[in-house]
Amino acid sequence: MYSEKVMDHFSNPRNVGEIENADGVGQVGNSKCGDIMKMYIKVENDVIVDVKFKTFGCGAAIATSSMATELVKGKTLDEALALTNKAVMEALDGLPPVKVHCSVLAEEAIAAAVQNYYDTHGIDKQVAKSHCDSCNCEH
Amino acid sequence: MIYFDNAATTAVKKEVLEKMLPYFSENYGNASSIYTIGRTSAAAIAKAREQVANAIGCKSNEVYFTGCGSEADNWAIKGVAFANKSKGKHIITTAIEHHAVLHTCQYLEKHGFEVTYLPVDEYGKVSPEAVKNAIREDTILITVMFANNEIGTIEPIAEIGEIAKEHKILFHTDAVQAIGAVEIDVNKLGIDLLSLSGHKFGGPKGVGALYIKSGVRIDNFMHGGAQEKTKRAGTENLAGIVGLGTAIEIACSNISEKAAKIAKIRDYIIKNISENIPYSRLNGHPTDRLCGNVNFSFEFIEGEGMLLHLDLNGIAASSGSACTSGSLDPSHVLLAIGLPHGIAHGSLRISVGDTNTMEEADKLLEILPSIIQKLRDMSPLYEEIKNK
Repeated sequence: MYSEKVMDHFSNPRNVGEIENADGVGQVGNSKCGDIMKMYIKVENDVIVDVKFKTFGCGAAIATSSMATELVKGKTLDEALALTNKAVMEALDGLPPVKVHCSVLAEEAIAAAVQNYYDTHGIDKQVAKSHCDSCNCEH
Repeated sequence: MIYFDNAATTAVKKEVLEKMLPYFSENYGNASSIYTIGRTSAAAIAKAREQVANAIGCKSNEVYFTGCGSEADNWAIKGVAFANKSKGKHIITTAIEHHAVLHTCQYLEKHGFEVTYLPVDEYGKVSPEAVKNAIREDTILITVMFANNEIGTIEPIAEIGEIAKEHKILFHTDAVQAIGAVEIDVNKLGIDLLSLSGHKFGGPKGVGALYIKSGVRIDNFMHGGAQEKTKRAGTENLAGIVGLGTAIEIACSNISEKAAKIAKIRDYIIKNISENIPYSRLNGHPTDRLCGNVNFSFEFIEGEGMLLHLDLNGIAASSGSACTSGSLDPSHVLLAIGLPHGIAHGSLRISVGDTNTMEEADKLLEILPSIIQKLRDMSPLYEEIKNK
């Protein structure tokens, strides 16, 4: 049911953990749905120099968190915000249909962390919200 | 591989397979045919019917073979409902039934029937008193599972059977998980209809049976030929029926001895997890539970991750988490016993069978704590608890 890439990122997730004194922290999802993602970013000159995550969720939630962190590390904030759930899924060689919402969550977690960075650094910018249309949960 | 998912399915026992094999090839006759190999098939089916009857204490002419346990549940509930609708339209069941019962009841609700879904207590038990209080003038059927497939709780079947009898209401039980684990005598327990499934006790998949007490009014399930006394048409699954008969005979001999051996492994696993893994909770009744059922919730993590890590370590188990069910909601059983969503998502079912060993339990118990710790270490919910 899962691709080898998903299993790889699930069993050896990249960038797990917390960043002390992170520049931005974003948390999305809820335990009712069974998925919560928390992203920490360190920003220097508009570039995400470090990123870590913590995730409560299924194998796909862990794998998409891991892949999303890999995809935004070293990228500018604008590049990171351009990351779509589709790109995360493609990088993982696809997800089963019921797990698509996990990739949306990953996209949202990155956006939430960037928004938090803007908010805490006096930058007057609003990140456009994406919507998960693959399920009727609250994210 | 270490297989701890015996509630999902079991391997066909070697001696069962041996009995089945000739009925695929040399003894392939249609049981409805008059010539010798047809009669051989008819005799084999008759023997299997006898074996099922002996296992549950009924007469062989009260046993009807079906395609699976779900079919038996569908037939029992729909068949009784439609055949008795002139008497009434009310059915009593519980909130923790298998989907084969729940979804059938929901279907009947769309067709004018009314269903009471009784709640259960924190251990998953339905109270006989609640069954009694739910009875109405127009109640035609009570259907309560013998034992729950997820949390293993054994329901007060004898008491409910007595209440049903007193009120002259038909009583069906889904005994799919209980066969071979609990002694069952349908007459002593006041059961009018009972569903069972071959692959849960060492028989093949694709065959089940429904016990229908003589005199019970029930619609035919499949229309066609005269098989199963015209009630369930279709050429019999000959090898499957032979396999089910052989398997139930083996499964229901020396139940207490076998169940005690399995329960020893179950209790060892429960004790070890309870003592060694913090923030864990045993789901289901502490004593009135299936001999092979272990079901725990582990806080701050989600069940699927546990299953995948166990699988990477060669251990097969199951979970009541949403992610294994294809929906976002966790198991209806875990919600019915009052678990919050977050905790229900982190459940693990280990179902022990008669081929499991203590060494296998040790291997599981050696690996499980590190898997749970690994998942907790990456959980934002665990981080919150640690920082408190």
